[in-house]
Amino acid sequence: MSDVADKPSASKGLKSLRLTPTASIAGIILIFWILVAFFGPALAPYGEAEIIGESFGPIGGEGILGTDKLGRDILTRLLYGVRTTLFLALITTVISFVVGVVLGFSAAILRGWFDICISRLVEAFMAFPSTMLALVVIGAMGTSITVLIMTVGLVLSIGVFRVSRAIGMDISVMDYVESARARGEGVWWIITREVLPNAMPPLIAEFGLRFTFSILFLSGLSFLGLGVQEPAADWGLMVQENMGGIFLGSSSALIPAACIASLTICMNLIVDWFQQRQQGETVLEKME
Amino acid sequence: MLQLIVNRCLQGLLTLVLASIIIFAATEILPGDVAEAILGQNRNDAAALEALREELGLNRPAIVRYFDWFFGILQGDLGVSLSTDRPIADMMSGRIWNTARLAIMTACVAIPLALILGLISAIRAGGVLDKSLAVTTLSLIAVPEFFIGLGLMTIFAVELKWLGANANIRPYYDFGRIVHAMALPVMTLGFAVLAHMLRMTRASVINIFTSPYIEMAVLKGIPKRRIVMRHALPNALSPIFAVIALNLAYMVSGVIIVETIFAVPGLSRLLIDGVALRDIPLIQACAMLFGAVYIVVNLLADIFSIIFNPRLRFPK
Amino acid sequence: MTDVLSIEDLWVEGRPPGGKYKPIVKGVSFNVKKGEVVALIGESGSGKSTISLASMGFARPGCRISAGTIKVNGENVMDMTTKERHKLRGEKVAYVAQSAAASFNPAIKIGDQVIEAPVFHGLQTASEATEVAVDLYKKLDLPDADRIGGRYPHQVSGGQLQRLMAAMALSCGPDLLILDEPTTALDVTTQIEVLKAFKDIIREQNTAAIYVTHDLAVVAQVADRILVLNGGEVQELGDTDQIVHNPAHEYTKTLMNAVRPAPNQLELDHKTGDDDPAPILTASNITAGYGSGPSKKTILRDVTVDVPEGSVVGVIGESGCGKSTLARVIAGLTPQWEGEVTITGHKANPRVEKRDKETLRDCQIVFQMADTALNPRQRISDLLGRPLQFYHGLKGKEKADRVAELLELVELPAAFASRFPGELSGGQKQRVNLARSLAANPKLVLCDEVTSALDTVVAASVIDLLQDLKERLGLSYMFISHDLSTVASFADHIVVLYAGRVVEKGLSSQVFQPPYHPYTQLLLNSVPEMRQGWLEEVATTDEAKAASAGSVELREVGCPFSNRCAKAIKGVCETKTPPLRKIETGHEIACHLETDVLPK
Repeated sequence: MSDVADKPSASKGLKSLRLTPTASIAGIILIFWILVAFFGPALAPYGEAEIIGESFGPIGGEGILGTDKLGRDILTRLLYGVRTTLFLALITTVISFVVGVVLGFSAAILRGWFDICISRLVEAFMAFPSTMLALVVIGAMGTSITVLIMTVGLVLSIGVFRVSRAIGMDISVMDYVESARARGEGVWWIITREVLPNAMPPLIAEFGLRFTFSILFLSGLSFLGLGVQEPAADWGLMVQENMGGIFLGSSSALIPAACIASLTICMNLIVDWFQQRQQGETVLEKME
Repeated sequence: MLQLIVNRCLQGLLTLVLASIIIFAATEILPGDVAEAILGQNRNDAAALEALREELGLNRPAIVRYFDWFFGILQGDLGVSLSTDRPIADMMSGRIWNTARLAIMTACVAIPLALILGLISAIRAGGVLDKSLAVTTLSLIAVPEFFIGLGLMTIFAVELKWLGANANIRPYYDFGRIVHAMALPVMTLGFAVLAHMLRMTRASVINIFTSPYIEMAVLKGIPKRRIVMRHALPNALSPIFAVIALNLAYMVSGVIIVETIFAVPGLSRLLIDGVALRDIPLIQACAMLFGAVYIVVNLLADIFSIIFNPRLRFPK
Repeated sequence: MTDVLSIEDLWVEGRPPGGKYKPIVKGVSFNVKKGEVVALIGESGSGKSTISLASMGFARPGCRISAGTIKVNGENVMDMTTKERHKLRGEKVAYVAQSAAASFNPAIKIGDQVIEAPVFHGLQTASEATEVAVDLYKKLDLPDADRIGGRYPHQVSGGQLQRLMAAMALSCGPDLLILDEPTTALDVTTQIEVLKAFKDIIREQNTAAIYVTHDLAVVAQVADRILVLNGGEVQELGDTDQIVHNPAHEYTKTLMNAVRPAPNQLELDHKTGDDDPAPILTASNITAGYGSGPSKKTILRDVTVDVPEGSVVGVIGESGCGKSTLARVIAGLTPQWEGEVTITGHKANPRVEKRDKETLRDCQIVFQMADTALNPRQRISDLLGRPLQFYHGLKGKEKADRVAELLELVELPAAFASRFPGELSGGQKQRVNLARSLAANPKLVLCDEVTSALDTVVAASVIDLLQDLKERLGLSYMFISHDLSTVASFADHIVVLYAGRVVEKGLSSQVFQPPYHPYTQLLLNSVPEMRQGWLEEVATTDEAKAASAGSVELREVGCPFSNRCAKAIKGVCETKTPPLRKIETGHEIACHLETDVLPK
């Protein structure tokens, strides 16, 4: 009869990953930066804070990419900086996901007063631009790496909570979750076995976006002088330190800024590719 | 419908109160109070600390101080800055216009442009223009504002010397000079907002393209342009309002960076200085102001969404 | 007569997102003459909708017309320019979709949408078109014809909206009308009025029409000729009379055999219910609903249902009557506000989280959509294995063996254990869904519309399986459905729900034989019969007219059916809630009418 299987659809999930040219280039650049994060300091020609010459030295002078405000080698500081930048972004994103996803899914599944309390609180936090929120906390607590990580992680978790609650809500009304509830399964089983596997694709995409956002957010704070502090090398901080050089014709602020951009653009391109993969065309796209 | 709008306004008020509690709690209850901040290096001197706390009224319960502060704000008294000893309201009044000018000029340029390009992109989905806009906006979103700002500055102000790098507007500037000074900051702020808004507009319209009533319109022989304008757009209005609100609010964050790059003496510089100097009353006042703007903008977007929703306008 | 539409050797291809094109319509040819109604009938995936859309030169996203000629009034649609095709769609061929609620733009007034095509294509001015539209509304029996066009889609009922869509299609005076399952989304009692209105207006306007449906009985009422499709290929084409009474093709015969007789045509021995075994489930005086505070919505009011051990209790009612909520209350998923659920003699806690394992194990629920009821990311072995481990502590080899046994029980190969649900067909998925509930070794299974999403032939085999399992495992069922024919062929006891209240209950032979509750009578009469001329007979009865005058209302006081009842007693029915009254042993009816004036 016509009762035939409609082809393997559920298992296609993460398997059919065919890279587009844009996505592969973006992937290569990302991998390059990750490798640099691991081996960068070993490759660096000078020490992290070593002064090698005049301030704002030109490209191809003492340093291959010039020197910064204090006469330190830009290349060296870039190689060291990628570590700080990636590490901070990663750890804050992970924190935000642990907090956001656990609370978001719990709210979606438990509903009732738990959901109402947390959602109200989050709404109140949403009333602030995230930068503002971070500034207030950093203003009150002072600038240290721990404060920075916790603040940014928690600020990001607000968005993650909203997204994972929405995803959780969509999934928790599915009959297979109801079946598990009717069987008598506990909340932990439902979250880990029924909801999480089905929430993976959107959550992976969300992780990529939050990671990008975290890089932007942290470098923004560093740029304002409120993030990573001297003498550590961080790309955002390097932009801030060397901004004055622009009027002297030095590219020492633009180079780290461009590096940040390359990281975030590539990450976004990959997330975009990941999301686009599963979408079909619409009626109007077909129209002549 | 009126009921809904009133409800939504009350909700907005409640959020505002909650926001004030969060600001107050974040700045007051966290370790390190104002007295320690003032004393700075000398914070270990217990006697001096105690005396200062007494003087500032910090020994009263937090709730009492909160209500003091909150009702002060309601009466327009924003407190006194620790770093300058001047009333915060005075410090702000001169700067509000600088920030507002930047935000309004950006909004006037970016919003119409984003909506128009977003719509074109949706109509020509899959076309060359759409695809190139997709990549451009995706990159613009990913790029930090300071990169755009510094890049634009290097090209237009330092190399070409067409536009100004300093957006500190003096009262005697004529229109031409204002444009010359404001062009780069507006562009910097505008690019990011434009990119976000364009993508969201496109997405909300495309989302509506998948509805059966769009297929119905196609099957009625209605051409594409009319389908978009007559059938898709009215239903996309709600999400588009939300997008505009979100981006206006987003500008609040972007403005901080832009004011720093182009040396605009605006409110966010005040906030940054406050944070750097741990001037807590100043931080509280600035954050409250930004928070209020954000909440009001979102409130307006929701009210417009309610007004334009036929289900709510004409109940059963 | 000339051909309005002629399709020759039509091929349409489709592809899943990112996949390859595969043919879904394979060389179909047929024609439609002026004033003729041709029905395309087939099960899901037969390509019937795709073919109907192709006659407008349209293919859904992900599909394309790859070969063939489609001629409307002798002009080939495939050779047309975009402009010509727009004119074709706006002037010559019009479409009526399955769901009017989704196909009307929620932001535009109905009237403006109805006249859009003729006005836009310059056939009429706006005022002329409005006149035509109002005329159409009247012919379609729409209330308040002069003003209904000024409303928004959400302001009118589903049945009315479906008729308004017909008006929208006819407003341009098309030569060909395409009706794509136009009554499938409606309840049976609403279907009649809409069907009748469609049929009359097609006759009146003398347009040619394609009627797409899966329902043979509906087709028998409206079509002149029937085209039977399966897997994108034509199986048989013939006059309605011939196809219905004398099918030639094997596939058509299978389809006809799967159709169950309407319940009022069943021959049931009249029994009285005095020798029932003890109930395995008792739900007494259940009141339940959703939300709280001002948004609180009561779905069930004072509902009492028993399931005697070893029997099948059918719960029937139309959408919104609360039948699924009842199943959820019994399973503990929607805690009741009032009343009590007793399972195998033990009082069950309203909340599933607080029930003990024995109670949970004894009563299992099976959901309607196997697609969503099975986690797409778990293998069949995990889906079936989990309850085995959860309830019986089975592990390893023991568990695997039992999974194989369960698969055999539902007539599936043991090799399916390693597959994902997405690799199975709809019927197979529903069998796995069933097997999962059996894994618990339950005494009672709550079946919530388990066959509604399946094609007739597949549904029939699932029912046979349920029957077989009941005998082999000594199960009891509570079988919830809106499909009377299915319930009638299967259930021992019947409970009729309307707007959250029990209006009648008893043995099948009692409920399906007079005296009836007025609503039960309406429901029974509304089940389409294969007999031609049935529609005209039934649509003109007082009962049908009264029923189409009102819509379902959840009422706090009074009989919920009073606003649609031909026999309603003014001043009594709408103010006093009728209690369930014993007619004879085991048979109860909630109606104010005296037993001898109840419908016969």
